[in-house]
Amino acid sequence: MSGRVLVGVKRVIDYAVKIRVKPDNTGVVTDGVKHSMNPFCEIAVEEAVKLKEKKLVKEVVAVSCGPQQSQETIRTALAMGADRGIHVEVSGNDYETLGPLQVSKIMAALAKKEDAQIIILGKQAIDDDCNQTGQMTAALLDWPQGTFASEVTLDGDKIKVVREIDGGLETIKINTPAVLTADLRLNTPRYATLPNIMKAKKKKIANVKPADLGVNLTSKLEVLRVEDPPQRQAGMKVETVEDLVGKLKESGKV
Amino acid sequence: MLGVFQTSQKLRTSLRLLSRAGLPPVDLQVQLLLRGRSPLSATFSRKLHLGPDGPASSPAAAPRRLPFSRVTVEDLTFFRKTLPGRAITDPDLVQSSNEDWLKSVRGSSEVLLRPQTTQEVSQILSYCHSRNLAVNPQGGNTGLVGGSVPVYDEIILSTSLMNSILSFDKISGILTCQAGCVLENLSLYLEERDYIMPLDLGAKGSCQIGGNVATNAGGLRLLRYGSLHGTVLGLEVVLADGQVLDCLSTLRKDNTGYDLKQLFIGSEGTLGVITAVSILCPRKPKSVNVVFLGCETFDQLLKTFQLCKGMLGEILSAFEFLDSECMRLLNTHLKLANPISDCPFYIVIETSGSDSDHDSQKLHNFLEEAMTSLLVTDGTVATEESKIKTLWSMRERVTEALTHDGFTYKYDISLPVERIYQLVTDMRQHLGKRARSVVGYGHVGDGNLHLNVTSPAKDPALLASIEPFIYEWTAKFQGSISAEHGLGLKKRNYIYYSKSRPAVAVMGKMKTLLDPKGILNPYKTLPDDLK
Repeated sequence: MSGRVLVGVKRVIDYAVKIRVKPDNTGVVTDGVKHSMNPFCEIAVEEAVKLKEKKLVKEVVAVSCGPQQSQETIRTALAMGADRGIHVEVSGNDYETLGPLQVSKIMAALAKKEDAQIIILGKQAIDDDCNQTGQMTAALLDWPQGTFASEVTLDGDKIKVVREIDGGLETIKINTPAVLTADLRLNTPRYATLPNIMKAKKKKIANVKPADLGVNLTSKLEVLRVEDPPQRQAGMKVETVEDLVGKLKESGKV
Repeated sequence: MLGVFQTSQKLRTSLRLLSRAGLPPVDLQVQLLLRGRSPLSATFSRKLHLGPDGPASSPAAAPRRLPFSRVTVEDLTFFRKTLPGRAITDPDLVQSSNEDWLKSVRGSSEVLLRPQTTQEVSQILSYCHSRNLAVNPQGGNTGLVGGSVPVYDEIILSTSLMNSILSFDKISGILTCQAGCVLENLSLYLEERDYIMPLDLGAKGSCQIGGNVATNAGGLRLLRYGSLHGTVLGLEVVLADGQVLDCLSTLRKDNTGYDLKQLFIGSEGTLGVITAVSILCPRKPKSVNVVFLGCETFDQLLKTFQLCKGMLGEILSAFEFLDSECMRLLNTHLKLANPISDCPFYIVIETSGSDSDHDSQKLHNFLEEAMTSLLVTDGTVATEESKIKTLWSMRERVTEALTHDGFTYKYDISLPVERIYQLVTDMRQHLGKRARSVVGYGHVGDGNLHLNVTSPAKDPALLASIEPFIYEWTAKFQGSISAEHGLGLKKRNYIYYSKSRPAVAVMGKMKTLLDPKGILNPYKTLPDDLK
């Protein structure tokens, strides 16, 4: 058992930033906009670091796919306690079309290369809301998956996962190696403390190209149009119930 | 709250009935009734300006009502004609404007006026001047010294509807707007255009720029961008007699005669009503970092400040502190978790610069030095918008946390930086078990301490222990008894702790010059013995 955990971290537009659609409706404005680590990825890193602190795993490796700036995201993971990072360089048009299928192929390839025991990902990214990468990665590797995890307990060579589902909570036991995806209530990510931020500067980030992993990045999806949601129409105040009924009839709603 | 409003309604009605019966003037009756009837007096004992023994017991308490006219039906007709639909007399609507944010003082005004233009303000003041009616200018009503609400029945002149941005020059960064613009809205407007306001304070969601200027608000960015005395380029002010004084220049440099606008900045609405402001705004920094540090002693905190100025100087935009008691209140009342380990003192440092690589390097060097020289025992850094907001809230929400801890006595003191925390420790020792919490926090970079004391309920004995002890302590070290909050109602009589008699006498002369009838925000800012 390698005791190695692979954690995927995605660089997304910071959730506090106001999103603007590009004038040509091909996407959203990302130039000069504040980016940060996807909040669910933060939770994933926190869980991995916790497992290491409990001495249940030996090494936490943070992975990010994207352009040069993705290294900042990996540094944040290192500052939180990850041991080393892998930056999979994807830029230009490849980056524009990078989606869950491509990332899961990369993660699967890396998992084999690094002999990973557990892969922890955020359940979804806040920019595309796909919620697919974890599931696809597990399928490609033919590993069991514990998705929407709100509690993770290692038990020998098995993992007990409490999942958040529509009806409540579901507890499952899966074999390792396995893929887990983190849900909101799994933990509260720590603030990177100064000593760790300093240490993180010295930790290694390896550079890898998708071709080196034998991964083809071609996407079968094409984005046709991106637009703002329709503006909410102002409501109307009426004085009496009769007015209300009249207006409802007028607009054909009744 | 509702019960109190209903009680005050009944009180007013019964007072009117009594006055018709030919009894003594209304204000005296209020005292008699309140002293006699215990359930009411328990409610109204929250009125700071009627102390336990009547109006003259504490220097903070209000003086007797001056002989201004009272609002008549004819007056209301004029107001309703001048401001159709915006002359409010419905008690429920006027109530919230009668009480300050801290719920520590409440007036009994029956008229709330909401002009939209300078012309309307001029008409109102001209009329009030001729009728000898007192006027209380009011912005966001977030002041902490009881300066923004009436003491008696002064007419409330609200700038809330004067919220238009008049112009913005993208090249010079000069913004011109009406006085009722909310600070946060101005910030949002400017941020879209790559600029920011030169001031920022916790009350930004409610405070208005006119009020900020009238109180010379300081805030979190003063360290970097200076005070409003420097950033305000022009003002439009309506004087007590309704005359409009247009000093709304947008020039960076203009040495032609006396700089009148400086008089109105910080005048707390007593020399004129500010109706428009032109202000110089800085560019939005490309790179903002916030650092949250923990120190063992105040001495280490000061050394960290020196180190910070030396290594981060030109990019430093804020240096704030809070003590462990503040952290305890944030944890307990607002459920905000400490981002780092528990320390006696916490610092919030903000850097703003044009190049994130340069700034990270400077910051990294500073943090490394601070840690290796053991000035700082723990800390965390934020570069992301969401994390920056969270770290700032540890400092910005202390005021809010205090309101949940009980009745708060707030003090805002300027002292030589090295003495700042000594006042807090001395106060704790002096008050002992009588106080629930004694906390210190504030703009340590500007030498400005916010000292707050809480008790389960309003406690005159506790107040008597705090004041004048705190003011005498401050005067001993030539500090200011009100660094940025102003004097308002509560601190007007303490002015002599920080200003000489000749200086205050000149202030009195200016007041007489600009407002001979004294109708603008009476009972505030200047001490009672000037009248």
